Amino acid sequence: MNPLLDIENLWVRFPTRQGTFDAVRGISFSLGRERLGIVGESGSGKSMTGRAILRLIRPPGIVEADHIKLGGVDLLEKSEKEMRDVRGERISMVMQDPKFSLNPVMTIGDQIIEAYRLHNKASKSTAWTKALEMLEAVSIRNPERVMRAYPHEMSGGMGQRIMIAMMLIPNPEILIADEPTSALDVSVQRQVLDIMDKLVKERGMGLIFISHDLNLVADFCDRVLIMYAGRIVEVCDADKLHDAQHPYTRGLLNSLPRLDTPRDRLDVLTRDPSWSDAPSVSGRA
Amino acid sequence: MAEQTLREWLLTDTPTSRRHAKVSAFYQGWLSFRANTMAMIGLGILLALVLIAAAAPFLAPHDPFAQDLGNRLAPLGAEGHIFGTDSLGRDILSRLIYGARITLYIVALVALIAPVVGLLMGTVSGYVGGWVDIVLMRITDIFLAFPRLVLALAFVAALGAGIENAVIAISLTAWPPYARIARAETLTIRSSDYISAIQLQGAGGLRIITKHIWPLCISSLIVRVTLDMAGIILAAAGLGFLGLGAQPPSPEWGAMISEGRRFILDHWWVATMPGLAIFTVSLAFNLLGDGLRDVLDPKAGE
Amino acid sequence: MVRRPKRERSGMKMLEIDGLDVWFGRDRDRVDAVKQATFDVASGESFGLVGESGSGKSTILRAITGLAPTWSGNIKVGGQRIERKRARAFYKQVQMVFQDPYASLHPRHSVDAVLGETLHLHGFRDIDARVVRLLDDVGLGQKFRFRYPHQLSGGQRQRVAIARALAPEPELLLLDEPTSALDVSVQAEILNLLADLRQEHGLTYLMVSHDLSVVGHMCDRLAVMKDGEIVEIMDVADLRAMKATHPYSQHLLQASV
Repeated sequence: MNPLLDIENLWVRFPTRQGTFDAVRGISFSLGRERLGIVGESGSGKSMTGRAILRLIRPPGIVEADHIKLGGVDLLEKSEKEMRDVRGERISMVMQDPKFSLNPVMTIGDQIIEAYRLHNKASKSTAWTKALEMLEAVSIRNPERVMRAYPHEMSGGMGQRIMIAMMLIPNPEILIADEPTSALDVSVQRQVLDIMDKLVKERGMGLIFISHDLNLVADFCDRVLIMYAGRIVEVCDADKLHDAQHPYTRGLLNSLPRLDTPRDRLDVLTRDPSWSDAPSVSGRA
Repeated sequence: MAEQTLREWLLTDTPTSRRHAKVSAFYQGWLSFRANTMAMIGLGILLALVLIAAAAPFLAPHDPFAQDLGNRLAPLGAEGHIFGTDSLGRDILSRLIYGARITLYIVALVALIAPVVGLLMGTVSGYVGGWVDIVLMRITDIFLAFPRLVLALAFVAALGAGIENAVIAISLTAWPPYARIARAETLTIRSSDYISAIQLQGAGGLRIITKHIWPLCISSLIVRVTLDMAGIILAAAGLGFLGLGAQPPSPEWGAMISEGRRFILDHWWVATMPGLAIFTVSLAFNLLGDGLRDVLDPKAGE
Repeated sequence: MVRRPKRERSGMKMLEIDGLDVWFGRDRDRVDAVKQATFDVASGESFGLVGESGSGKSTILRAITGLAPTWSGNIKVGGQRIERKRARAFYKQVQMVFQDPYASLHPRHSVDAVLGETLHLHGFRDIDARVVRLLDDVGLGQKFRFRYPHQLSGGQRQRVAIARALAPEPELLLLDEPTSALDVSVQAEILNLLADLRQEHGLTYLMVSHDLSVVGHMCDRLAVMKDGEIVEIMDVADLRAMKATHPYSQHLLQASV
């Protein structure tokens, strides 16, 4: 099957006073109709990868790649204006904290309606009913009340569901979720993941799920890329993540405290410099 | 260590002493300031102004007070008078050079008084809160409610004309905005974890305000003061223009414009030259302020 | 309860909290963040407070330290009742480590200044020697002494924050989600450090966390909080055996495994 997205040799560079800093160093991967997890610690370049796909790296940062192909078309060759049609329309992104992504002075209903009418020619009343449907689709119980509410009246879990609802309005082919549940409580986390899972399955979307939480990714995704220092060090099926081979992945897994196996001391990750020198593993399915 | 260049020593991420850390932090700031060309131009103009003021007796071709009624209102480029002469035949260039001293004097005094008063009022009001906050902020509001020049006029009228009184009047009208800024910053700083942490060491209010809140407020105040400096110079010039600031024959730039006003149609340079001087210095302060904001704003460091 | 001599440590209660209410705002806007919390922590024990955001677990710590001024009930530290205005001696006994190491260090103060000022406030004379020792204690070493927070990683910052809390040589350390802002590998280092320090200095911990596995690793007993109330107090052994009695605790356990 043809992949939805194919990325070859992606670099993200930032010039600094001390020389160029490479946040992402030549990674290649593809995304089909699947849930692809990208895990790594802070500074591993996982968020930069997500942003680079949408060309959302702010200057002076530079994105370079042999190609970033969306359905066979290279995104790097598109003009900024054409990119604007790709963002949201074909690839959507959900960020960590919904508080910063919603407009604080507009009601949630108005924001969803605006987003809907931006992508579809529709009257206000059809947009309203559509918006209600969207909110119901993300399991919001009292959608009419939520439509009239302002973002600050929402809890974190609600806010994130609303964000997901808005991102799904234009029916994108790919959803990039950057730590969508790390600001949420465990019990809410599960609900939000279930909603995402349902939507991705029903609509046949590709999902890139960026997270620092190995257990979560192992549980939720189909395939996992493990990133370290801007490179992919290991690729594996999510259900086999706990049998991962690379010492970095093993180190991360072992450093987690576990309820079922108590220990006096946790294993500390000793970083081997050769990990960051080793060539990037291809993340193609 | 021996192989290290001075630049590496300054740019290190691992300072080895208190002094090293300070010098290094200062150098990093200087580097980002230097990258801003416009700010460097502003700094250059102001340094030149300081040098000119310091070396006025050597630079000025004539005595700024020497009158020569036979050669009054000489045009630009007249022999021995590049910028011409004024209504009493005094050399305008020399008067501008000596006037730089007065401008610097005003600027320095206002910069010493207004932000300090504002910082004190704002941080105390913001940190202590409660009725102290209410009282101090209402006083600030009263001062803010008057137009600056009108209030300054009233003060000068009460205190008498003169540069010092003009400075005091300007300072008294200039501090309320600083108090507002300082208070707003204090309110956000006060609720931060590092203030909670020092409170848990049993630190008192005075220590927290002076050692923990001031260092964070001062940078934004410095930026604001440099940006306001143009307005302060203009206010001083305005008072001089109205005859309430520097008194004749003092070569204060505003007073010079005021004198030249009578001849503005036939002898435009008499008022224009000091006007250009005020414009240049005001612009220099604005450029400097913009550059400083890039360096000092703690949020930009993220 | 039998009163024991004050100096004796074993079996003595380090912290006793009885009927603690904490609220914010007044009259109609009043929000009750903690309702009738009652628990105690033995000397040398490590006690966990678990719950979701808004359950009031951090508020309890802030009430103990006086950062949340509106509370009622009884708080005893080392058998002494806490008055509304805390004496300096209190801060020599109780210290706190904050959640976000990026927010808990003054951006313009070097590590040296942070530790030096803390030691000065507690009336120590040999400040230089103590700064050196504190940095060694938290595994940072001397090369970090003159750095500013922006020159440190998250884990290093949290070590500085721990050194600051240790400076007055406290007996009770309040830990407010000390690792939730850190990467898992750094979390392991910090948790190991905290465990070592507890042993070396004979500290008592009161640790707040939303992560049951972290509390399970660090603590002896824990209290589960929901909407400002403590719904269950249990041993960590019961937690590991999944033997929670209250439905909410069971629900939390299910979600974390």
